[in-house]
Amino acid sequence: MNERAPFPLYPHRHLLGIKDLSPSDIELLLDRADDAVAISRQSEKKTSTLRGRTQINLFYEASTRTQSSFELAGKRLGADVMNMSVASSSVKKGETLIDTAMTLNAMRPDILVIRHASAGAAALLAQKVGCSVVNAGDGAHEHPTQALLDALTIRRAKGKIARLTVAICGDIGHSRVARSNILLLNALGARVRVVAPSTLLPAGISAMGVEVFNTMKEGLHGADVVMMLRLQRERMQGAFVPSVREYFRYYGLDAEKLKAARDDALVMHPGPMNRGVEIASEIADGPQSVIQEQVEMGVAVRMAVMEALLDPRRNPEGVAG
Amino acid sequence: MSVTLFQNARIVDPSRTLDEIGAVIVDGKTIAAAGASAHNQGAPEGATIVDCRGKTILPGLVDARVHIGEPGAEHRETIASASTAAAAGGVTSIIMMPDTDPVIDDVALVEFVLRTARDTAIVNVFPAAAITRGLRGTEMSEFGLLREAGAVAFTEGRHTISNALVMRRALTYARDFGAVIDHETQDPDLASTGVMNEGLFASWLGLPGIPREAEAIPLERDLMLARLTRSNYHAAKISTAMSAAAVSRAKADGAAVTAGAAIASLSLNEHDVGEYRTFFRLSPPLRAEEDRVAMVEALRDGTIDILVSSHDPQDVDTKRLPFADAASGAIGLETLLAAALRLHHNEEVPLMRIIDALSTAPAKRFGLPGGTLAPGAAADLIVVDLEEPWLVREQDIRSRSKNTCFEGARLQGKVLQTLVAGSTVHRA
Repeated sequence: MNERAPFPLYPHRHLLGIKDLSPSDIELLLDRADDAVAISRQSEKKTSTLRGRTQINLFYEASTRTQSSFELAGKRLGADVMNMSVASSSVKKGETLIDTAMTLNAMRPDILVIRHASAGAAALLAQKVGCSVVNAGDGAHEHPTQALLDALTIRRAKGKIARLTVAICGDIGHSRVARSNILLLNALGARVRVVAPSTLLPAGISAMGVEVFNTMKEGLHGADVVMMLRLQRERMQGAFVPSVREYFRYYGLDAEKLKAARDDALVMHPGPMNRGVEIASEIADGPQSVIQEQVEMGVAVRMAVMEALLDPRRNPEGVAG
Repeated sequence: MSVTLFQNARIVDPSRTLDEIGAVIVDGKTIAAAGASAHNQGAPEGATIVDCRGKTILPGLVDARVHIGEPGAEHRETIASASTAAAAGGVTSIIMMPDTDPVIDDVALVEFVLRTARDTAIVNVFPAAAITRGLRGTEMSEFGLLREAGAVAFTEGRHTISNALVMRRALTYARDFGAVIDHETQDPDLASTGVMNEGLFASWLGLPGIPREAEAIPLERDLMLARLTRSNYHAAKISTAMSAAAVSRAKADGAAVTAGAAIASLSLNEHDVGEYRTFFRLSPPLRAEEDRVAMVEALRDGTIDILVSSHDPQDVDTKRLPFADAASGAIGLETLLAAALRLHHNEEVPLMRIIDALSTAPAKRFGLPGGTLAPGAAADLIVVDLEEPWLVREQDIRSRSKNTCFEGARLQGKVLQTLVAGSTVHRA
């Protein structure tokens, strides 16, 4: 990897959301991630880019796949990775996010990865610590690495993102994945649609740079990418939609509904899936599904993000100014 | 008895629609004369003469919605510290909200507040009592006894009564005692987990929104019940064009209703929340710019009778949190006048109307002394430089809590001297 052509310098100290990124910032991260994919596919997967650096994963919400993806990314770059799981921390004893942050900060990590149920938690943390912060999902606000890995998956499969039609389907209202994807796909020139029952759409959705559809048939018509979202179980028992079977009937992705999309349309899902709720098993495991690729790209994108944030050209001491 | 003559001042007294250059003579605890005519009386013998050229004298402000941490949360604010902040802000009377711990729903607590105020406060403190016991929204508190003990209004503070029958009975029963039901409205089901104004901005932030209808639906219900019961109802804190229209219709029908608004609803909008700034998490939430503009118009045309600070001290333990987990509320006693004067400096609302809404109208609505410079009234007055600019800085805040929406703001209009019953309680 020392022979790698030098990438431009990434201009931000944190990755809190896609909103702060320019199209060229996004392209840079995707380019770096392409390289990281190659590393992950070698038999020798460990590099020394982040040797001596400390990464702390602070997960206030349980998330096996995102946390292990960040952990693996850090380890493949040679960083020392520590997982702070909420169950065993002082969070349970009522310590506030900021007090926890200050404590961790005193341990002088180089990068803090945070997942929290409250929107804005990552930004709040970033104000209080001296290291780089990566938002691994904050409430219904943003989940930037998910949008980046989705974009990488699409770009590698389709060769581009501009002018593709992407339909994001399901619980848009509560989804940080949807918000980050809407921002990123618009930044790179895709045509973005959302498809959902109106109870699962946020206020002002039509002003968010998307076309809004309430039926899968219309929303998926001619789509190049169909991106499904997870629907939380407590939201499908009468509060937002009347029942699982009614939701699957109208909004679950099955072979019939997928016919409306282009024949070569990609099927995506951020996981974990509710099979038979938002997506039929035959589709999730079918030929158009790139759900497993998304998981692989997740590790690569997170490696790329952390390498870019801790670029030694900008940040020789490991403590951002 | 000491006599003070404030001369050459601009005197604005909405209680007499008076705006003229003149003098105010304070004799002991009361106003002996105020206006151009007082100027000609000359200085009484032995009077202290204060030249107020270029300055304005106003009746002291009457802030009808002030949350204090005493009893129960004295680390946020005590009656004494709130009164110091009030005096600095030109507020000479405050109505204290009952959602303390314990709740002010009992004669003994009204007496506690009055006793503590008498011993520690430097401005007039008038307790409001809870409409229902423990703010539970079910059983009425003892309006008659509480009123006799000194409660000046009945309100649930930050809470809304959701049961329409309870509200109807409270309005009906309050009528017999001439009491005002002073109610903030937010439907708890419709507002649900909402933390800011519903709309595009909240959607991008990923924060659950509170629709305007959450305020308007219980407000419309209350206004209908106020018409039905012919009772005195005050909509404590409206924030939307929709609510202003509802109040305006009820007034046109001849109902005995009035409305108040927090100055923040006329000064700020939802965009001030920025990137999750918890000091701007308020209840009702900061609304869209169209609503703010409608609020200003409603103040100008008198649909909004009363402006309040909605002073609500919160400490770091309740504010240094992610936005959705933080408490709502902001302090405001020290910035109430200057924030309201922006509307005067921008020529959006006449000065007379602004001072009426800050002083005369609330005093009249809640039957309090003050709100006037008429001869014989208590000498609760302030000397103000309407033009003087100042910067809101955290280290200058007198409140125990520092959660202001105006930190770093440049405001225009400074309180130079505050008198309560003839005694100077603040001097800049």
